[in-house]
Amino acid sequence: MQQIFNFIIRNSNRLLFLLLLGISLALTIQSHSYHRSKVISSANFLSGGVYEKINHVNEYLNLRTENDELVLENARLKSLLFNKKDTTKIPLADSIKGVKPADIIVSKVIHNSYSTHENYITLNSGAKDGVKQDMGVINSLGIIGVVDNTSKNYSTVVSILNMKSQINAKIKKSNHFGSLTWNGKSTGYVQLEDVPRLASIRKGDTIVTGGQSVIFPEGINIGTVDKIYIKDKTSFYVINVKLFNDMTNLGHVYIIKSKDREELINLEKKEKDE
Amino acid sequence: MNSALLVNIFRFIMLLAIQVVIFNNMNFLGYISPFPYILYIILYPVNSNKSGLIISSFLLGLTMDMFCNSGGIHATACVILAYYRPYIFKFSFGLSYEYQTIKLNESLTPERFSFILVSVLLHHIILFILEAFQFKFIWDILLRTLFSSIFTIIISIIIIYLIKPNRR
Repeated sequence: MQQIFNFIIRNSNRLLFLLLLGISLALTIQSHSYHRSKVISSANFLSGGVYEKINHVNEYLNLRTENDELVLENARLKSLLFNKKDTTKIPLADSIKGVKPADIIVSKVIHNSYSTHENYITLNSGAKDGVKQDMGVINSLGIIGVVDNTSKNYSTVVSILNMKSQINAKIKKSNHFGSLTWNGKSTGYVQLEDVPRLASIRKGDTIVTGGQSVIFPEGINIGTVDKIYIKDKTSFYVINVKLFNDMTNLGHVYIIKSKDREELINLEKKEKDE
Repeated sequence: MNSALLVNIFRFIMLLAIQVVIFNNMNFLGYISPFPYILYIILYPVNSNKSGLIISSFLLGLTMDMFCNSGGIHATACVILAYYRPYIFKFSFGLSYEYQTIKLNESLTPERFSFILVSVLLHHIILFILEAFQFKFIWDILLRTLFSSIFTIIISIIIIYLIKPNRR
């Protein structure tokens, strides 16, 4: 017994080191699996609060560009309103197909990372505003990511610039599906994989979200085809997609609530159980 | 003794704040970012409590992870750097480092520079290996480590000189 105590006292630093190393490695490994640790994320009170404060300052400095964007969006909406011939139809508040305005939560990006292989975005609305895990996040130009963790007031989003992210997408004119991933290289481009070679694709074609996922409604813009190449020895194309969004510069975003989601998941679960 | 503790706490908070507010937003060419917050570990007094250093480094890294959404990579790199710091001291200053009081924030001698260099390289390579977590990115890891280290070292030396201007 004495010897055990002596051993512990003599090697206290080493044991402490190994213990802390174990904890931090466990956290690291956990963070590389899809659903991450709830504790160490920027959706908590401390880091969320600090990021919000920083964002207030940044926002003030960027008022001019934000204003310009709002003016542009205003002009676009106005032109939509004036060019509408059928006045009996009330135009949707947002131009997204299949989504009612009531299903959208407007939120703001308070922290955005894009320099690592696994990037996350922090938003300033959380469970209090009805944000839940696996909701889709978009803005006026295209998709941004999928909600990962939420706390009371903040939430983190798996950006499309994250090598773990996989989003169902299709070519707008031909309905061929593929999955959208990122190879970790450039912030302006993502990759659409597993598109069958039967599909006729040309440079400049538009890529939109597909209807197979329950996260995003069908037909939300993603980007245009930039380069097409064939993965060695498979019969699938890999397409380099140039994003409409500048992922390094994000302001206000929309979070999509999907009402049918739970119904669909329950249905699929039932199917599996039988 | 007490004032040393206060100085350390002050450094811990200030370096973290500067890192989060300023340096986390710096991205040269999209992937080169400096991490001068590890100056806390580098500047920790030589003869002070070692377990204190290891625990505070862990907390430092964990706080960084919280802000970067990165799981535990900063914590791991910081704990490893804190534990191997005495060995780096031996490597840079020779065996008798414990008997002389090394003040890093005086003039920059080759020994002091090599100490900062080795510490920063060790921290960054662990950080970027754990961040990528795949061997197919080995060139990417080495490139990031190299450029970010240069960046971190330059900023660290500037900060050291700003904290302690030569009084003469």
